[in-house]
Amino acid sequence: MNPHNKSIEELKEIAAQVRRDIVRMVHAVNSGHPGGSLGCTDYFVSLYFRVMKYKPSPFNMDGEGEDLFFLSNGHISPVWYSVLARAGFFEVSELATFRKINSRLQGHPATEEGLPGIRVASGSLGQGLSVAVGAAQTKKLNKDNNLVYVLMGDGELGEGQIWEAAMYAAHNKVDNLIATIDRNYQQIDGGTEEVLALGDLRQKFEAFGWHVLEADGNNFETLLPALEDAKKATGNGKPVMILMNTEMGFGVDFMMGSHKWHGVAPNDEQLEIALQQLAVEQASDY
Amino acid sequence: MKEYTYTEKKDTRSGFGVGLLELGRTNPNVVALCADLIGSLKMDAFKKEFPERFYQVGIAEANMMGLAAGMTIGGKIPFTGTFANFSTGRVYDQIRQSIAYSGKNVKICASHAGLTLGEDGATHQILEDVGMMKMLPHMTVINPCDFNQTKAATIAIADYEGPVYLRFGRPAVPNFTPADQKFEIGKAVMLNEGTDVTILATGHLVWKAIEAGHKLAEKGINAEIINIHTIKPLDDEAILKSVGKTKCVVTAEEHQMNGGLGDSVAQLLGRQLPAPLEMVAVNDSFGESGTPDQLMEKYGLSTENIVAAVERVISRK
Repeated sequence: MNPHNKSIEELKEIAAQVRRDIVRMVHAVNSGHPGGSLGCTDYFVSLYFRVMKYKPSPFNMDGEGEDLFFLSNGHISPVWYSVLARAGFFEVSELATFRKINSRLQGHPATEEGLPGIRVASGSLGQGLSVAVGAAQTKKLNKDNNLVYVLMGDGELGEGQIWEAAMYAAHNKVDNLIATIDRNYQQIDGGTEEVLALGDLRQKFEAFGWHVLEADGNNFETLLPALEDAKKATGNGKPVMILMNTEMGFGVDFMMGSHKWHGVAPNDEQLEIALQQLAVEQASDY
Repeated sequence: MKEYTYTEKKDTRSGFGVGLLELGRTNPNVVALCADLIGSLKMDAFKKEFPERFYQVGIAEANMMGLAAGMTIGGKIPFTGTFANFSTGRVYDQIRQSIAYSGKNVKICASHAGLTLGEDGATHQILEDVGMMKMLPHMTVINPCDFNQTKAATIAIADYEGPVYLRFGRPAVPNFTPADQKFEIGKAVMLNEGTDVTILATGHLVWKAIEAGHKLAEKGINAEIINIHTIKPLDDEAILKSVGKTKCVVTAEEHQMNGGLGDSVAQLLGRQLPAPLEMVAVNDSFGESGTPDQLMEKYGLSTENIVAAVERVISRK
């Protein structure tokens, strides 16, 4: 059972607050990755406030009896940090330390400083799926029936290790795993199909032996049922993949639909415009 | 010079295989992964007895390192097995981020290290692995000298919490370490007390150092010989104590001079106890095909090379 179990209306409000955190965090240090963070906000909010079973405090690295989440595309750390804080892993005020010296909130997620909620470092791309598959196999050995979730970027699929892990997970019937690809068609140097075309990901993963679903990652009304469908698809001998269509920068109009906001922070004026667009009934900015 | 005897020559990788099997029987959290080299790594017996705890990964070492990192979450102790080259250089970033930086309790077990791999040649003869691994924060680096010590080291690292690189090899070498000798990580083993020179040897060069000790004794040189099975953390205390007495050092290893045991010893002595130092190691070169003995001779890693290095270093005192 999710510790928050929020309604769709509440999830929308939380998502707006998380998006406010993201733009404020990257603005404060004039660095970080707002684009993918904003695009994946609804997914993170869905997992941590509705879908996943977990205990935010005290944080348990081994996560026995809990669902686990891994972020492979670690650069979207702002959204994860905001969601972890607001879900109760640590104080919301700590978000103000993001990317600053002596912080637990490193530019890319890390375990070194002991930030609750993080189980492995990520940032160098392509490693998260392997780690998640390993954790899922340990859950099976431990007869722990909970699930392992992992999020990857689409540009990240250029890394060969992901395809090694994809082959392995299917071959070994790792069916307690729900992987998601943030399909926003953008990477640093441009569109994914321009830089190194990914082509038909459904066909590719089906050919690799996965159960593949598609979802709109920026619409709770369809995303929540898709996540439920993914859960129902587990335990059937195949790993589960959600191809989640999102819009990079979702929620801030001038950041949407362009790779240019992958790793650029808004200036003062842009921040104000963004915050106006991300209005919530009762803002609780850190 | 103390006499060491052995009843047979055995390969260190077999010590790993036997140690892993014993761990399987005594520690239910130990799991093993292999990248299509079960026979070469001597993991067959573990696989046969504990199939549910054995993972065949295929020729996909990067995935293997990530899997191992993930398997620790939930309390398992993964032992990965492949050649030393594919255990380090091929997967350096995976080890760096998912294992070392993440502080994961993974045991990276690497066979066929160094020149003694033999005929396969330089593509497989990694001589840089110790350097790569010792540079990583949190990583422990162990290079045992014979079958018994490799078995004991394999068992010992399961009880140590944190990432470990365990290096061993293919050739059969004298198995002289007592079977009941306890393996203490980071604790050097005194093989012969002497006064004229300190020889610090690791891995396959330990037996050659003993052979050199006898030849030196014939020349009236009384060598102190220490087995440095753990290169990181280095046993600073034992080394400083010995060099304080002998005033000069020779290191011996099957590795590049850059980044190896000699490099670690040079750093220690340079900071704390400057003394003449000679290194028996590969000098900035790749290996090639040949028999192990031919290669060790051609690349300057023979017993005679240790003897010559001792004579040079003593003359520099």
